[in-house]
Amino acid sequence: MHVFSDPANRAVYLSSFLLILKLTGAAGVIALVFGVVLAAMRVSPVPVLRGFGTAWVNVFRNTPLTLIIFFCYFGLFVNLGVTYSDDDIDLNNFWLGVTGLAAYTAAFVCETVRSGINTVPAGQADAARALGMTFGQTLRLVVLPQATRSVVAPFGSILIALAKNATIVGTIGVLESASVMRQLINDNGDAVIPIFLVFAGTFVALLVPTGYLFGWLAKRLAVRR
Amino acid sequence: MSSVLYDVPGPRARRRNRLLTALCTLALLAVGLYVYRRFDARGQWDAAKWQPFGTAGLWRDFIIPGLVQTLSAAAAGMVLALAFGVVFAVARLSDRWWLRVPAGAAVEFCRAVPLLLMIFFVFYGLPFVIEAPVPAFWAVVTGLTLYNGSVLAEAFRAGINAVPRGQSEAAYAIGMRKGQVLRYVLVPQAARAMLPVIVSQLVVLLKDTALGYIIAYPELLERGVNEVAANHGNVVGCTSASTAA
Repeated sequence: MHVFSDPANRAVYLSSFLLILKLTGAAGVIALVFGVVLAAMRVSPVPVLRGFGTAWVNVFRNTPLTLIIFFCYFGLFVNLGVTYSDDDIDLNNFWLGVTGLAAYTAAFVCETVRSGINTVPAGQADAARALGMTFGQTLRLVVLPQATRSVVAPFGSILIALAKNATIVGTIGVLESASVMRQLINDNGDAVIPIFLVFAGTFVALLVPTGYLFGWLAKRLAVRR
Repeated sequence: MSSVLYDVPGPRARRRNRLLTALCTLALLAVGLYVYRRFDARGQWDAAKWQPFGTAGLWRDFIIPGLVQTLSAAAAGMVLALAFGVVFAVARLSDRWWLRVPAGAAVEFCRAVPLLLMIFFVFYGLPFVIEAPVPAFWAVVTGLTLYNGSVLAEAFRAGINAVPRGQSEAAYAIGMRKGQVLRYVLVPQAARAMLPVIVSQLVVLLKDTALGYIIAYPELLERGVNEVAANHGNVVGCTSASTAA
């Protein structure tokens, strides 16, 4: 384990996982908000919005994330001049990566939210309307409380997938865990297996408990019908 | 059309929906026009940048070979991942703890580790251990197999557990052994029930071959983006070509 007794290596290891957490956090929040907006579009009575939501989901779900991240860098930044920070290239690449991750993940959030709304039996909303509730009241008091409970488990899977997908942002020069591991392997050819086990083990230690937590929450919050 | 959220629209709602449709159409057109102008200002619509897609050479030398590489990595990955999935699902359901526990640990490990990390380990790390280079093709296929195989193993296991208990009890009652129960009763029913999950995971596998780009495996994305875009400067066209596939 001599690789990780070197403070410089320990520092890049820690900062690489901090970046994974930051990418996951930033992209997760944006994808959640945008995904809910997309879901609202997909269930709205306005055909144009439905079409836009459907098109977004179909395009982004069926495109490899590598390609999307790549387009964010070479398409948005290099060719079209979309810039988040002029003087800090690391910050710029970080947000370009977040853009790609969020655009991709939003498609999955949208589908999850939509399927959550669809699990609520139509009779529930009919009953709410029969009681004279307005659209907002029906949504707030009847549909959403039931829908959110049924999407806990899928949201957990989306979050875990997002954390793993964040490694792909390494392609555009963000020093996250996969690219740091590759660098350490190249510098320390005699300690390849310990390096891999530490990096992989960190992901296991982060993501397996997250999976169990969401599974437990989903079971606890499930609507009993 | 009535849904959970919206009642069948009356005359006022219909009027409002028509108004919203018009407004949203305008807004989307405005966004579309803005994007078009942005691309136009950078010359992405120039005929010269799209012209290569009309030539046979580009398809013969880049896109078709890239597609073939993508499909062959995906095909190898699919077969191996399905085999891995069946073996580990059955091992996790075994009555022997020394088979069940390691199989469970292996599946949980492979599911939690990012695919890219595994591909990097096989491609950059393994050559140090075995003292021989690992071809990019096998690095991609190994990663795809371990990751998607472990996801499939969980799907198979869930499917086998979801077969009604009476099925296996009846099979044991007519004197089948455990292997026979699994082979003739449980797996055929589970595979049928889990078919949608299996197919969508195989689609994910096909998409994930694009990760091969990162270790310079000459699949479709690498061909399109690195070689074609670099030669013609047409990022938009190349991206759409890779997306369409």
